[in-house]
Amino acid sequence: MSALDKERSGDNQPAGVALAGDYWRPEGGPDPLSEKGRIGIGAPLSRVDGAEKVTGSARFAGEFTFEGMVYAALVYSAIANGRILNIDRREAEAMGGVVLVMTHENAPRLNTPPVFLRSPNGAAGDDHPIMQTDRVHWNGQPVALVLAETQEQADAAAESIRVDYAAEPAMTDFELAKTHARRPDNVLGGPAEITVGDADAAFEAAAHQIDATYTTPRHNHNAIEPHALTLVWTTGDGDESGREGETLRIHDASQCVDLAVASLAEVFGIETSQIHITSPFVGGGFGGKALWQHQILAAAAAKLADRPVRLALSREGVYRVVGGRACTEQRVALGADEQGRLQALIHSGIAAMTQHNNLPEPFFQATKCLYAADHIRLSIDVADMQMLANTFMRAPGESVGSFALESALDELADQLGMDPLELRRRNEPERDPTSGLAFSSRHLLEAARSGAERFGWSERSATPASRHEGEWQIGLGCATATYPYIRMPGAAARITLTPDGATVGIAAHEMGMGTATVQTQVAAARLGLPVEKIAFHYGDSHLAGSVLAGGSQQTAAIGGAVIAAQRALVAELLALVGQDSPLSGLSPDEIECRNEGLGAIGNGSRFETYAQILARAGQSELSVQADAAGSEELANWSMHSFGTIFCEAGVNSVTGEVRIRRLLGSFDCGRILNTKTATSQFRGGMIMGLGLALMEETLFDPRSGRVMNPSLADYHVPVQMDVPEIEVMWTDIPDPHTPMGAHGIGEIGITGVGAAVANAVYNASGKRIRDLPITLDKLL
Amino acid sequence: MNAFDYQQVADSEQAIEQAVRSRRAKYLGGGTNLVDLMRETVERPQALIDVTRLSRDIDETAEGGLIIGAAVTNSALAGDARVRSRYPVLARAILSGASAQIRNMATVGGNLLQRTRCAYFYDVAARCNKREPGAGCDALEGFHRYHAILGTSPSCIATHPSDMAVALAALDARIHLRGPEGERQLAITELHREPGERPDLETELQPEELIVAVELPPLPMAARSNYRKVRDRASYAFALVSVASMVELDGETIQDVRLALGGVGTKPWRALRVEAALRGQPATEATIAAAVDAELTEARPLPGNAFKVELARRTLIAELSRRIADARNGGEA
Repeated sequence: MSALDKERSGDNQPAGVALAGDYWRPEGGPDPLSEKGRIGIGAPLSRVDGAEKVTGSARFAGEFTFEGMVYAALVYSAIANGRILNIDRREAEAMGGVVLVMTHENAPRLNTPPVFLRSPNGAAGDDHPIMQTDRVHWNGQPVALVLAETQEQADAAAESIRVDYAAEPAMTDFELAKTHARRPDNVLGGPAEITVGDADAAFEAAAHQIDATYTTPRHNHNAIEPHALTLVWTTGDGDESGREGETLRIHDASQCVDLAVASLAEVFGIETSQIHITSPFVGGGFGGKALWQHQILAAAAAKLADRPVRLALSREGVYRVVGGRACTEQRVALGADEQGRLQALIHSGIAAMTQHNNLPEPFFQATKCLYAADHIRLSIDVADMQMLANTFMRAPGESVGSFALESALDELADQLGMDPLELRRRNEPERDPTSGLAFSSRHLLEAARSGAERFGWSERSATPASRHEGEWQIGLGCATATYPYIRMPGAAARITLTPDGATVGIAAHEMGMGTATVQTQVAAARLGLPVEKIAFHYGDSHLAGSVLAGGSQQTAAIGGAVIAAQRALVAELLALVGQDSPLSGLSPDEIECRNEGLGAIGNGSRFETYAQILARAGQSELSVQADAAGSEELANWSMHSFGTIFCEAGVNSVTGEVRIRRLLGSFDCGRILNTKTATSQFRGGMIMGLGLALMEETLFDPRSGRVMNPSLADYHVPVQMDVPEIEVMWTDIPDPHTPMGAHGIGEIGITGVGAAVANAVYNASGKRIRDLPITLDKLL
Repeated sequence: MNAFDYQQVADSEQAIEQAVRSRRAKYLGGGTNLVDLMRETVERPQALIDVTRLSRDIDETAEGGLIIGAAVTNSALAGDARVRSRYPVLARAILSGASAQIRNMATVGGNLLQRTRCAYFYDVAARCNKREPGAGCDALEGFHRYHAILGTSPSCIATHPSDMAVALAALDARIHLRGPEGERQLAITELHREPGERPDLETELQPEELIVAVELPPLPMAARSNYRKVRDRASYAFALVSVASMVELDGETIQDVRLALGGVGTKPWRALRVEAALRGQPATEATIAAAVDAELTEARPLPGNAFKVELARRTLIAELSRRIADARNGGEA
């Protein structure tokens, strides 16, 4: 037992956990697990899969083998738009070990995949036909696939393939594309323009005005594990599930096994029951591990060659076939009175997109809920380009949108001669400024206050460029972080109880963030079992429900499903107990789970262990499955996580080099479920934020539409020496309307960091950089 | 990557013999650059001759310098106590480059012969005169933030990426070569070529010729030398500008000075114009500024790398000023 556990197992320790009520309804009570002092909740439990990962025994998708397996290599197009005239595959087909060369001329007929956020089954990044025609739609599109007995043979054969194109004009220059920008029909399912009052008129009339344009570049996904999968088609009774007909078995690196199954079933024209995807370990997802062409092409080639296939994208391959974050150009206009109260808040702009996907980079998301402006206008336009479809990347919208908004707040504070935190305090809203809803849980000011105290914010000089150490100019900056709480529909959980403990199964995902560990803790606390007696099963499309590891919603989605399953389990157990059980006659809401069994609330003698109940009923196990309640809380409240990021930056007065000296994040994200994994996740997000602030930039050549830095040598992410000591802290105030009182924390860490850095750089050097990344040439 | 033959040789004689016999052979050191280029199909050798068994010794020379075997790893060279005390610029240059893992593999000979990191050179879908003479250069109007402003030509603006070679240029190192015709030596500044119309010809090495050693002459003022590397990322990034520098004062007169630049030249760039303008002159801010400008008026910047002129000017002035201050104090750099 850790010190923290001991501290929490004192006299105030509640005896057991009652069933959660209708936390999603205004009249419902909070989840009992959200109460402070719950044993296990918040404890720094080490990762349940840690030993497997550090010893290398955890098998990732590209490490499975099937008998007779062959290896795949892809050939990527070198033009952005046009037709394939000829593919010379003769040399490749004659090379040793080559099993198949697949092109649009011999690929099996495939249906176009359903697109994410456009179709209910959609997991795919775009709706282009996959190797079905001679058309090329982006520079880097797969135009041929080689299968060979070894990876080296496949790679060499792929390199020998010569493709002749008839190139056609392509829109690959954002500067040109944005002159033809259009208003999309939706942004994340909501409107692309949101207005409150008349922001333009209010802005014109305001005593203090900031009107600035901020630009952010493209970003690419760089998970430590490049995308990979191993798959096999089996037929007849030979397949593991015993079903009739063909079965497609895939080991994939996925953050949405169920959606991927649904999409693949459409692509191949088969039933979802014929596809089984497992994904127990994923080396980082960040929004990039849904369904892209490589999985579909691998499955198509395996079918054509009648061989199991492994396809592992090279790092370059990830850049060619997996979308990233779109570039944006954002205008933020703030109008304020003498006291700094916002009268007008305008946040509008343009993001690059394609006509084949549905993700206008939603940079106004954070602005919807943060400040109490009298008049608000938010809008997003998209500039259609011929490029690989952009996609979700950690805090899509908030990460780059908060750079613009929170930089502009800093500019306004500077103009007013006001402390930037004070300016934000004066604009703290009572209710959500665009939806009008009450906040379910908002303690941003408390997070900002405690963070400022810990960081030593009061040491900041209000005058820029006034603190020096040798060649270094030192400055402090802050910015608000925010990310929505959501809980998507579709989650379900199965709980199987035996005398030895419980298994919780749910089609959710562990991509390194700690899901398996935290959900083991939560299930143990909820069922009154020690963590050793909980087995949490996930990452398997055969498991209950459909949970997307995205939008920072998994923790809540799983929590809601387990709450429902616990209620079903308790009801079934009570149905099993006989007249002579001490539990006889009790209803589920009179019950709490404690000490490896059920007990009456407030009556220590009315208790029976799970083992006793099962034994009395003559059952070796009891298995229940239940669907999570609908996400009504999202309609009842404005639900968001908040935080304040504090940064101390050094700017070299000779070279313009920026080095971050200190970084602190103070968060308000409901109850923190595991202090250890949460700390790591916050820090990881903040480090990614440093990359966004200082170095990440996809070099997309506007002449060719080609990514010119598809490698970790040329696409810079922070290295050890770029990352200072990072402190994280949190309010730990439960949200009364969420499972466990918790919010997901996967994405909020990256938000606000770009602006906190830019604001610190301004405070250090007096130079306001509105174009990311903040590279040294911009500071000379 | 294409299939290739591989042979490890015991010494330079065997290596050359093997190279003469093979078609399209390449010498292989640590492989930290060549193997990357083979993966990108920029290099497609038929045979690799592994020369990592060549000398890994660092020995004193009769003149009081050091002679470094071509197969000495970058890590070993940077860690050598004699190098650290007598030629700190070299140790610091090496340690500012790549990563520990790469430095553990990379050899001295291979480091000198590494090829540019120009993205258009690496991407076989792009046009590149270095890869394919006469094809054209996509970097000129493309991404060229990491590219050269000195020694460029209309054919090529690629930088030589080595940090070590910049330090060696400042130290007047001599390169010992061996080929089918026997042994010879080149000054480090004579080893690499400016691109001119033939950017594919990067060095003065003859076919099958092999670097067997690098010799450092005795140079007392090198004990107060330094290497400063300017870059966006604090580690594991190529230089935007780097400066290798050392200064000897006689009273307030600059008696001797050695300067070399990285990140700005098509080859490791010995700043001879600055040196000439400073030698025998008073150590004042005005002379330093004028001398630095003498070199940088030669710069031919492009839109994406124009900032390097100012960055190089500032870094050179800062480094020279500090070397002069150190020399006045008579202390260590």
